[in-house]
Amino acid sequence: MTAAAFLPSADAAPAYAPPKTTKGRVEVRGFGLTYDTADGATDAVSSVDLTVEPGEFVSIIGPSGCGKSTLLNALAGFLKPTRGIVTVDGEPITGPSADRGMIFQQYSLFPWKTVRENVEFGLKMKGMGRAERSRAARTLLGLAGLTPFENHYPDRLSGGMKQRVGIVRALATGPRILLLDEPFGALDAQTRLIMQQILTNMWQRLKISVLFVTHDLDEAIFLSDRIYVMTARPGEIKAEITVPLPRPRLPAMTMSSEFLALRRGLMSLIREESLKAMGGELSADGLQGLAINLEGQDVFRAL
Amino acid sequence: MQTAALPSSRETPPPAARVTAAPAPATTTPRPAPLLRMVRRHRGEIRAVLVGALSVAAFVLAWHLLTTYRVNLYVRFMNVPSPADVLESARTAFATSTFFQHVAISCRRILYGFLLAAAIAVPLGLMMGRFKLLSEIVFPVTEVLRPIPAIAWVPMAIMLWPTNEQSIVFITFLGSFFPILLNTLHGMATVDPVLVRAARCLGATEAATFREVYLPATLPQIFTGLTVGMGVAWVSLIAAEMISGQFGIGYFTWEAYSLVQYSDIALGMLAIGVLGLASSWAIRLVGRLLMPWSAR
Ligand SMILES: Nc1ncnc2c1ncn2[C@@H]1O[C@H](COP(=O)(O)OP(=O)(O)OP(=O)(O)O)[C@@H](O)[C@H]1O
Ligand SMILES: [Mg+2]
Repeated sequence: MTAAAFLPSADAAPAYAPPKTTKGRVEVRGFGLTYDTADGATDAVSSVDLTVEPGEFVSIIGPSGCGKSTLLNALAGFLKPTRGIVTVDGEPITGPSADRGMIFQQYSLFPWKTVRENVEFGLKMKGMGRAERSRAARTLLGLAGLTPFENHYPDRLSGGMKQRVGIVRALATGPRILLLDEPFGALDAQTRLIMQQILTNMWQRLKISVLFVTHDLDEAIFLSDRIYVMTARPGEIKAEITVPLPRPRLPAMTMSSEFLALRRGLMSLIREESLKAMGGELSADGLQGLAINLEGQDVFRAL
Repeated sequence: MQTAALPSSRETPPPAARVTAAPAPATTTPRPAPLLRMVRRHRGEIRAVLVGALSVAAFVLAWHLLTTYRVNLYVRFMNVPSPADVLESARTAFATSTFFQHVAISCRRILYGFLLAAAIAVPLGLMMGRFKLLSEIVFPVTEVLRPIPAIAWVPMAIMLWPTNEQSIVFITFLGSFFPILLNTLHGMATVDPVLVRAARCLGATEAATFREVYLPATLPQIFTGLTVGMGVAWVSLIAAEMISGQFGIGYFTWEAYSLVQYSDIALGMLAIGVLGLASSWAIRLVGRLLMPWSAR
């Protein structure tokens, strides 16, 4: 598998109409969301303002549980904001739509469909004919280097391949916006790097707006035009950072002084919040317990 | 490694290969014959078949010994027919069409009762899983009716339906209805919500999500329900036939007892066993055809 397989070749005619590049502006103003649960209300997100300009690659980074998935689910149309407004190209979001493709934190390929049928799904929902959508899916899978696996069922694919198929599936319908929720979180470092390259290549080729949630600082810097840093729950935007690194980004850039400076800055922002998030979960006793020096058998005695 | 050790006239192997190959015994492992390879690949299945055949043979042997020596240790085998007796009565039964008519009538009752149950329970279960209100309406009634064994329905069924035939089909239907319904419901409850969201994000309407996600995701559980339901259908059918039937393999078995034709009892029982086995095989086969993704 090479990243180059994904690069557009000059003569490869796209199998589907590329989306209009002028659209895909996401605007979130004063967004807040409270979950109503059996044991009271949970404030997941308190107040978030953010924008994604058409064709921009924006990342959100923040400690675990700060409401990143919640925000993305609201953008996808699965959750109604408790406060504030969420609009795409000026129109409020009323429900899920193929305009906004989403890649989930968990693998979400349909186990009962082959790789090609998974990719065809969105086109089928659009009412495209069998032969036509099969041709379109084949072309896309070819670009993604997945042709040898088109007739496999997902349970025979590796994690990286599953996410690749997921991305191809989301892009097949030509969405204006792609929402990704820690898509590479479960992958090993090497596969992750390749997937990042594939994603940037696709994004540059299709010129769609991307909102990308991640835990990983390097990933956020390497991929993004801008990064939003969120606070611990209930989540808020703590900082907004522009990444001035030139494109195309190359793996060697992660060693540049510019990259490392950005990384240091982000790191200190995140550290504070992660500690805050952990402090909320661990009781004072729990923190003390971590400090106790247990040696060997003492653990058994202590229990 | 193997090629290095083979006495081939081709190029000599590289030194490293020769060094590692040298201590290996001179006996080269030849490529196994195709038949041998096939045996090796299906080793597990072949063993299962052999062990299964042996266990059936042991059962028949034990039966043979217990009946020919008329063992009488609290359990009395004096009147139990031996395998040879049953074979003999099978030969007589197979010579006329009466026995096959009984079998055919039982199969028809199963088919009607079971198919009716599946045709109602599967859609109902899917709908109940999707629409909470429907589930809240239907579920309490099914919970009350479910523990009533199908046999207990026999008198009621005779009152309810104009003919005996219909009441027996009704009882068969009841027997398989609840396992199918409950398993379908359970399958619906365990559908991965991420898959539903993924479908909605790709532009699927409510109806399309139902067809493309809920149904296939529930299919394995539906088939579990169908298999269990088929088993209960046979149980209920035989009970109903013994009590109120005039035809059918259950009636045949009970009649054999009344007429003191003991070997026919065993023949009827064996026929029931074979029919039950065949019908659950059939369901499994259909399941495998409908769910190629889970075939392994
Ligand atoms: N359905 C729900 N009902 C109640 N509370 C929820 C629900 N989903 C999430 N939460 C809570 O809301 C908060 C934010 O959750 P969310 O999944 O958005 O966080 P996240 O930033 O995506 O975390 P992670 O990085 O671990 O994926 C968490 O405290 C979580 O416990
Ligand atoms: Mg999350």
